[in-house]
Amino acid sequence: MDLQHLREIARAGIWKNNTGLVQLLGLCPILAVSTNLINGVSLGIATAVVMAISGGVVAALRNLIPYEIRIPVFILIIASLVTVLDLAFNAYLHSLYLVLGIFVPLIVTNCIVLARVEAFAAKNGALSSAVDGFAMGAGLVWLLALLGGARELIGTGHILNGIDMIIPGAEPLRILPADYPGFLVAILPPGAFIALALLIAGKSWLDARAARKAAQSPKDPAALAST
Amino acid sequence: MTKEITASGLSLRTAVAMLVFSLAFTALMAGSYLLTRDRIAKSAEAEKLLLIDQILPRSTYNNALLSDVKTLPATQEIGLDQGGNVWRARMDGKPAALVIEAAAPDGYSGRIELVVAVSATGEVLGARVTQHRETPGLGDYIDPRKDKNKAKPWISQFEHRGAELPASAWTVKKDGGQFDYATGATISARAVTRAVGRVAAYAAANRESLFR
Repeated sequence: MDLQHLREIARAGIWKNNTGLVQLLGLCPILAVSTNLINGVSLGIATAVVMAISGGVVAALRNLIPYEIRIPVFILIIASLVTVLDLAFNAYLHSLYLVLGIFVPLIVTNCIVLARVEAFAAKNGALSSAVDGFAMGAGLVWLLALLGGARELIGTGHILNGIDMIIPGAEPLRILPADYPGFLVAILPPGAFIALALLIAGKSWLDARAARKAAQSPKDPAALAST
Repeated sequence: MTKEITASGLSLRTAVAMLVFSLAFTALMAGSYLLTRDRIAKSAEAEKLLLIDQILPRSTYNNALLSDVKTLPATQEIGLDQGGNVWRARMDGKPAALVIEAAAPDGYSGRIELVVAVSATGEVLGARVTQHRETPGLGDYIDPRKDKNKAKPWISQFEHRGAELPASAWTVKKDGGQFDYATGATISARAVTRAVGRVAAYAAANRESLFR
């Protein structure tokens, strides 16, 4: 039952209530950083870690936080935790810091962190809140991977630009032919809006198709489970 | 049981709570800073040494570069608020090049720290950014590892530029200087270019005392 509950939270974060595709929160970093796959995934992972920790901590402290000043206290907690995480990455995981480090301070500005703390962690237990934060972050990881990968591929013809930051000496993967001229719009901000719009449309289409299938065979448990 | 909540009582309660939370989390941050400070300084140092190899080829000197170091006091001309190091490269005892730590105070998001190699003849041999907070994907091309142009990264244009360039040339082309920049991210490029120019001028003016 409890596991079922956690699974439900995870599913909501990763698909049903995806921050980028459904809640449309934190668009500023999503659109700014999704210029390539590596940046997108890096920001996604850093955000997932911060959201899991801040969700858990806020939920654990929620009964001590006066309702009237909860927002400033939440911001204080999130900003402190991000600072601590940033220092810890820098000191103990320096090679990872070189990849993720620059994204970590950006997370404070991402309203999705505060939104989940206010909407979920302030009302739920520490474990559920940590799972919720992590699932929301995981939803962001795949979205940013897809968005970054697509923009990078259409914009430059390669994917995995910047892989040498993670694996020294590795080369970006050339997918399109070498004489592909590149399509700069995909990398520039308008490309981010267009690509995100297409992804939102794609998700809505998948959801609508699943709902239609479920309506056609309401008694089939397999169809219900797959929606 | 029910106590009347007065406005002043509520204010006091929330103010105290806010104060307690602020103190607790400030203490948390201060504690982590103290715990990690030495390790962060050490990793930054190790990184700096790796960078020196990129801007000053080993073949141009034969002294023990890392131990031939001069510590500068706070030097505002090259952006050092708290001092920094100058490593002196020598070939058979004769001055070959200086590797100077410097900073640009005017990056898009604060300070940009650099090391710049300047030859004994006053030529800039190379520059690298050691620490910065420029916007990922936009201003961070000042770091060649993040620069999309791998064959000729932006920062390589400082290589072999003479100190005879007038001070006004040491900025981006947009401002009438001689150096390229990426459209939409001028501030980062301008800050680094000007800082490199200041280091070149500083090295030219203080060559004797820096090598001593």
